[in-house]
Amino acid sequence: MTAKATGKQNSFLSGLLHNQLLIPIAALLLLTIFNLIADPSFFRISLGYNSDGNPVLSGYLISIIDYGSELAILAIGMTLVTAASGGQDISVGAGIAIAGSVLLRVLCGTESRPETLQAPVFVAFIVCCIVAMIFGAFNGALVAFFKIQPMVATLILFTAGRSIAAWINNNELPIVSEKSFTYFGGYLPGIPIPTPFFIALLCFVITWAVLKFTNLGLYVQAVGINEKTSRLNGLNPELIKFAVYILLGLCVAVCGLIKVSRLSTINYSVIAKDIEMDAILAVALGGNALSGGKFNMGASILGAYVIQFLTTTLYKFDVQSDALSAYKAVVVILLVVLSAPVFREKITGLFRRLRAGKAAA
Amino acid sequence: MQKDSVLELRGIYKSFPGVKALQNVDLTLRSGEIHALMGENGAGKSTLIKVLTGVYSKDAGDIYIKKGGKEEKVVFHSPQEAQRAGISTVYQEISLCPNLSVAENIYLGRSEGKFISWKKMNAQAGKLLKSLDIPVEPTQQLASCSIAVQQMVAIARSVDMDCSVLILDEPTSSLDESEVEKLFGLMRQLRDRGVGIIFVTHFLDQVYAVCDKITILRDSKLVGEYNASELPHVELVSKMLGKELDDMADIKNDAKKYQGDSATPVYQANQLCSTEGIAPFDFYIKKGEVNGFTGLLGSGRSESVRAIYGADKVTSGVVRVNGKPVDIKKPLDAMKNGIAYLSEDRKRDGIIGDLSVKDNIILALQVKTGFFKPFSKAKATKFAKKYIELLDIKTASVDTPIKSLSGGNQQKVILGRWLLTEPDYLILDEPTRGIDVGTKVDIQKLVLKLASEGMSVTFISSETDEMLRTCSRLLVMRDRKLVGELTGDDLNQATVMATIAGGGKE
Repeated sequence: MTAKATGKQNSFLSGLLHNQLLIPIAALLLLTIFNLIADPSFFRISLGYNSDGNPVLSGYLISIIDYGSELAILAIGMTLVTAASGGQDISVGAGIAIAGSVLLRVLCGTESRPETLQAPVFVAFIVCCIVAMIFGAFNGALVAFFKIQPMVATLILFTAGRSIAAWINNNELPIVSEKSFTYFGGYLPGIPIPTPFFIALLCFVITWAVLKFTNLGLYVQAVGINEKTSRLNGLNPELIKFAVYILLGLCVAVCGLIKVSRLSTINYSVIAKDIEMDAILAVALGGNALSGGKFNMGASILGAYVIQFLTTTLYKFDVQSDALSAYKAVVVILLVVLSAPVFREKITGLFRRLRAGKAAA
Repeated sequence: MQKDSVLELRGIYKSFPGVKALQNVDLTLRSGEIHALMGENGAGKSTLIKVLTGVYSKDAGDIYIKKGGKEEKVVFHSPQEAQRAGISTVYQEISLCPNLSVAENIYLGRSEGKFISWKKMNAQAGKLLKSLDIPVEPTQQLASCSIAVQQMVAIARSVDMDCSVLILDEPTSSLDESEVEKLFGLMRQLRDRGVGIIFVTHFLDQVYAVCDKITILRDSKLVGEYNASELPHVELVSKMLGKELDDMADIKNDAKKYQGDSATPVYQANQLCSTEGIAPFDFYIKKGEVNGFTGLLGSGRSESVRAIYGADKVTSGVVRVNGKPVDIKKPLDAMKNGIAYLSEDRKRDGIIGDLSVKDNIILALQVKTGFFKPFSKAKATKFAKKYIELLDIKTASVDTPIKSLSGGNQQKVILGRWLLTEPDYLILDEPTRGIDVGTKVDIQKLVLKLASEGMSVTFISSETDEMLRTCSRLLVMRDRKLVGELTGDDLNQATVMATIAGGGKE
């Protein structure tokens, strides 16, 4: 009976070891413990009021939820792109600049500091989505139909995107004075939790529903693993790859809205800088192979929040923003090595030997 | 260790989660011997080879090798270690670099830091290839050589690395007869030099043609070691299966014929032609009929059925399904017209390696039903379980990735995938390649059973007797042209061979 019990335990253990969520959860725990020991005040959340008299929660955790949400939304699209095309879109940061610029352009019209909005936010957002999806389609077409490596294909917009963004507004920096526009990146009146979290939540629910009620997941994975077989099974691999880049474009548009709403204006060269790397890391941290194929959306989303947790922790300990990347790199190396299948196999082997040793004794 | 043996495996155990892959397996290889390793799919052949070459670590047991007269107990942690100890492996899938030259492939990774002189390397490679009678220039790009030559180059590489044990894992499965003969010539030559060769294959005739000893595995256990000359054909098969072999020759006569209206062909094509260089051909198949394309490798058999299925770009031709003209431009069109196609190259065109058995089974039907109609988990599992049971697929669970199944079981999963779509017309391109005798008979029986229930089947196989056993009409291809059609009394080895060769009636 005891043997049976240990057997169960072992399979539970090895099941856990092979679970994709293990690494992001472990990383989260590690960061939590580190912060608990170093400075428990990290976890303090206080209720205050902002300049408009709205109740707002503040604290490091809140800022993780706030900024992590942008990343999580991007991670959704990035996961699909990675799975289907076996590569990543490095132009999402530039894409956000374009999306944000379009948004401001529609809201402000030709004036750079309009008294009233020239178009409803809703309309502006729709236009911004369409433009972002067109740029997504551009990337997708290069990858799917011209068979260019994703990193190389998206390098084009990565380089040119921010210039295009500046050009859309004639290199001016329009400022939106309308209060309601700040809600998307800030707080809704009376609700103390940052709005981006709710937007992300909405995106998660939509993603969940799409994956549950359509064959997107199966098709994307099939195409990512074996394109030839997929074709013989009636799929159109080019179309599917093309489509996921457009979906990523949609995610970019949502992020653009949040980013621009936070400032009510835009800084073309700084907005969403390096966010593509964090989004790709979120996918990797979620245990998804960057070479495509199988994916776990939940793990990617969790990965995004963990990355933000890490960034915030580093800020908390007064790491200069210039030096941030270096610190992050160290942690990232650790995480990626831990989640590498090779490493996991070694660990599983070690466990087995230990067990065998115990059994022999 | 015995006096003349170069390699001994004793009491090898290996298990994977949920599966005992090897239980107390022994193997003895003597120098100057070609030793066949036989067994059904999943019997443990591949696992044994992988344990031996250090790809997998064994759970228990010992490996002894003899090098320079000294015997030594070894543990290999990687294929490189095994190679250094003189154990080389040539796999079914060639693991060389197709974009490099033959000579580069032979010496790749072995320059040991020395500066490479291309001239010297090519000269050395030329000498080696000549000594082994391999008809290829050292400077030729590997990809431009035939598969057989590529395999020989892989062997030459091993030989040059001074191997005392050479493992050939199903090297002949993609070779035609003359190429197989060439390969055997090379194997015999190496044997005479004192190399011990382990030969894994599913072709029984080849075993008797070239092997001295046979070791048989069944259900991950050792059955025994035999002298090839003392073990009759039938006994070998029954030892592999663990039961008496069904009378394979008579399965066609036992099977019921489909009784029903079969006036209009289920599928008919006039002057069908694709971009893959086959001559336009006419073809039809009736309801409940089993026919087949035969011909040598490269004669255009696969290309013909791929044109039917729309897998290659169709350039011309009129296609009718059940009498109605249809347009089949891509696989999805064919699927919607009730056509299913099991492709020739299982690994490249058949399986979705990382996905589960369940997902692999439901894939085609799921594509057919459409993007917005995914099956519930319960329904998908039910489908998968149905075909796992029906086809007797050996898998730990429905969620096991298909790539961890043995070749024959992978093939059954793919077959299940297409049966699930309930096709009217099923095309099977080499469904029995690389799988064991028992499964082969199962598949042949299944084909006849499906036909008796009204399904039309086109069956392609490199083994003529297999086709004679199942098909009632054979279409013979030669040099990418349809050259003959055989039915009734013409369905015998001699006529088929003659037609393939060009002497028969056309």
